[in-house]
Amino acid sequence: MIDIAPILARFPSLAHDPAANALIVPAHLALEVARYLRDNPAYLLDYASNVTGVDYLATEKKSKVKQADGVYKEIVTKTEAGMEVVYHLYSMHLGHGPLVLKQRTSREKPVVTSLTPVYRGAEFQEREVFDLFGIHFDGHPDLRRILMWDEFKDYPMRKDYIAPDDFQYEPTPHGDVLAEAQKYYGLPEEKK
Amino acid sequence: MTNPPTPTVPIPGVHEGLRSELQKAGIFVVSTEFLYNWGRKNSIWPLGFGIACCAIEMICTAASRFDLARFGAEVFRPSPRQADLMIVAGTVTKKMAPQVVRLYNQMPEPKYVIAMGACAISGGPFKQGYNVLKGVDRYIPVDVHIPGCPPRPEALLHALITLQRKIETQRTLGSAERRNNPAYSDDSRDFPVPQYGEHDLVPAYNRDVWKARPVTRES
Repeated sequence: MIDIAPILARFPSLAHDPAANALIVPAHLALEVARYLRDNPAYLLDYASNVTGVDYLATEKKSKVKQADGVYKEIVTKTEAGMEVVYHLYSMHLGHGPLVLKQRTSREKPVVTSLTPVYRGAEFQEREVFDLFGIHFDGHPDLRRILMWDEFKDYPMRKDYIAPDDFQYEPTPHGDVLAEAQKYYGLPEEKK
Repeated sequence: MTNPPTPTVPIPGVHEGLRSELQKAGIFVVSTEFLYNWGRKNSIWPLGFGIACCAIEMICTAASRFDLARFGAEVFRPSPRQADLMIVAGTVTKKMAPQVVRLYNQMPEPKYVIAMGACAISGGPFKQGYNVLKGVDRYIPVDVHIPGCPPRPEALLHALITLQRKIETQRTLGSAERRNNPAYSDDSRDFPVPQYGEHDLVPAYNRDVWKARPVTRES
């Protein structure tokens, strides 16, 4: 496990995500932080193993928590909607990692800074995130769709994506598929 | 399993007893159509064309252990112009579907299609996804479907033998369902190649080839 406290001390504007032990980098600092992590002899994180996107819808969760006086109190926890790009960085030289780097952005206008100038191997993975999540990468040399065709307009990995309506009959539907099957075919008739 | 050319179908105008006597002397009286189909079914040339893991089973079928050559179908052709049979061995993604249809269009008649594996016949485990075709029979006519994930080489051999049975009963002009299929109209024998649309392939399926089946449920 890489000790990230010195990095946080070096860049005070970074945030820390304790759940993933991740650094949350603001977009304008991303390149500088990535260069620092790659070139600093203490880290030498020279390998961006994984780049992925995450889509969060706004959530509201109610839970009951027992207070000190024994009374249960309802607590509402809200999370904001947003999108994230997650980088997993490893060091081939020092054999340590991963260090998790995150960039956060909004769902309405998702723009982050591309780390391809620092990690050449991130190019295709950032294109994949662009293709499936619609997150734009500032400074990417060749930001095009990579898996879906160029004419495709949607972003399939987003939570609010609606797949094309080409449902076909299944013999043993269950769950969401059963609900969809009933929309098309009605309730299954019992055999007499 | 390949049959010797023993004519079992009676030929109009030829006395069966005489035919039988001649056969004992090593003279076979058969129709041209029989000979033609016998040659055709025992020299099916598949298109060397694999799009996912089922292709590994197809390659295995062609190799020494299962030896597709026993059935005369070992000549995998690298060009659709020389192929009779397209074995759709694997997942057909929507991005790949136009190319599959185009390859099929480039094959000369008479041509046949084996849809190999769960993905090619229905979308398989990717059926609920957004990017996989829910069966290649939405765009091209399939002669034999093989279920399995992936099917065993024996299953592919069985499909090939099933196809041979189908070929030997066909008229030389092609089967009636093929000739009467509007997809085979004389104007153009090309199947429409789907276009990349903004949300899905356009059209989502070829109406002349595929129809959503009515459901008969058994509980």
